[in-house]
Amino acid sequence: MTETLQARPDRRPLVAVLDYGIGNLRSAERALEHCGADARLTNDPGLIAAADSVVLPGVGNFGACMRSLHAAGLADLAVGAAGDGRPFLGICVGMQMLFGMSEEAPSEPGLGIIPGAIRWIPAGVKRPQMQWNQLSIGDAHRGDPMFAGLGSSPWLYFVHSLHGVPEDPADIAATVEYGSTLNAAFRRGSVFATQFHPEKSAAAGLQLLTNFVGVSRLVNTDG
Amino acid sequence: MRVARVIPCLDVTNGRVVKGVNFVGLRDAGDPVELAARYDAEGADELVFLDITASSDGRETMVEMVAHVADQVFIPFTVGGGIRSVDDARRMLRAGADKVSVNTAAFERPELITEIATEFGNQCVVCAIDGRRRTNGEPGWEVFLHGGRTPTGTDAVEWSIRAVALGAGEILLTSMDRDGTRQGFDNELTRAVTDAVTVPVIASGGVGSLQDLADGITIGGADAVLAASIFHFGEHTIAEAKAVISAAGINVRTNEN
Repeated sequence: MTETLQARPDRRPLVAVLDYGIGNLRSAERALEHCGADARLTNDPGLIAAADSVVLPGVGNFGACMRSLHAAGLADLAVGAAGDGRPFLGICVGMQMLFGMSEEAPSEPGLGIIPGAIRWIPAGVKRPQMQWNQLSIGDAHRGDPMFAGLGSSPWLYFVHSLHGVPEDPADIAATVEYGSTLNAAFRRGSVFATQFHPEKSAAAGLQLLTNFVGVSRLVNTDG
Repeated sequence: MRVARVIPCLDVTNGRVVKGVNFVGLRDAGDPVELAARYDAEGADELVFLDITASSDGRETMVEMVAHVADQVFIPFTVGGGIRSVDDARRMLRAGADKVSVNTAAFERPELITEIATEFGNQCVVCAIDGRRRTNGEPGWEVFLHGGRTPTGTDAVEWSIRAVALGAGEILLTSMDRDGTRQGFDNELTRAVTDAVTVPVIASGGVGSLQDLADGITIGGADAVLAASIFHFGEHTIAEAKAVISAAGINVRTNEN
């Protein structure tokens, strides 16, 4: 069986931004709209199932976000979407929730989509890292379509006190230097996830989201 | 790598930017969206919008302004002025602000910091502190409220430590002695607070030259520097500011990749 992927550049792909009621989730929706998506901040299972791609945003505390995600009935849907081959993007705490656990809330299991743990940024630097920082994209990930047009060391905006440490180092797509080397972006199958906030990272962030909208436009014509 | 942030501050009343912002070539110098986009294009790292009306009838206008900015400008921004409750904070964050700044209301009811931090995370609570050097011969700086009009007797360093313990993720520190003087930051005040707290500190009040910005970081130890007039009046661009800061040996975000 052959899979055919066909680009339809005229189409605004439907991007479901999972809405579980916390803080500023609208920024991701607005930035994706700006980048050419039909983005919907939603908790509607039907809409999420119909979407071309799915985004899991998040800010604040890992445990509070996980509880809200479960309360909104979206945890299983997120796991399903991350495993069904559609492009999936996790942002900040939305990225962290893809891991198995976090030292910030050890009693609250994560979604377990990326095997590994969220660990505190090693002591000796201010926490949170609340600043722009320059990515180092891993050699094996330079060709990832999510990094297209971004240059060799783009500036992105970070707000975090913990970072992801995957069991498989091959999942690490990019790192950043902040006292030590921190993992800043991840790729595992159809899942891409960023510790930084592309929706708040000016032109570089919008380029990355445009890339995500672009891969969301590739539709599997074998259905 | 530690990277300093340069943050223009915009005063807003009834949804309009005031205080004589004077950019060449703007269609509407009071339009917050147009100004924010301009600062984004110049390389500003964040923006602060300060609601100087802070009256209840102006509140909905401010929420609308925040939504308009968030629709079109994709860098982090903070909204301050008149945030007195978790509901006030929620409205601003839902409209698209990334952080809220609290000042007098947090001093009068410190649990406000904890309440906002618990619901939305420490990273979105900025505690703004206005400090004035004591004049009675005692050392230190006193916290003033209501835009610098009301003395509290409380030590500014002690209040900053307490605010962080309550959940503030950042301190916006303004020297009331220097504010509006163009004599540079009170770097001793900034240093006293940066040495005392573990969260980022934004220095504010008194910038008259680009070297003042660099000094706030190298001497004061600030993580970010905030200024209004030197940017608004077109005296200097953000890029010029970053060139001077960079020449002082400090990392800043540039437009080059």
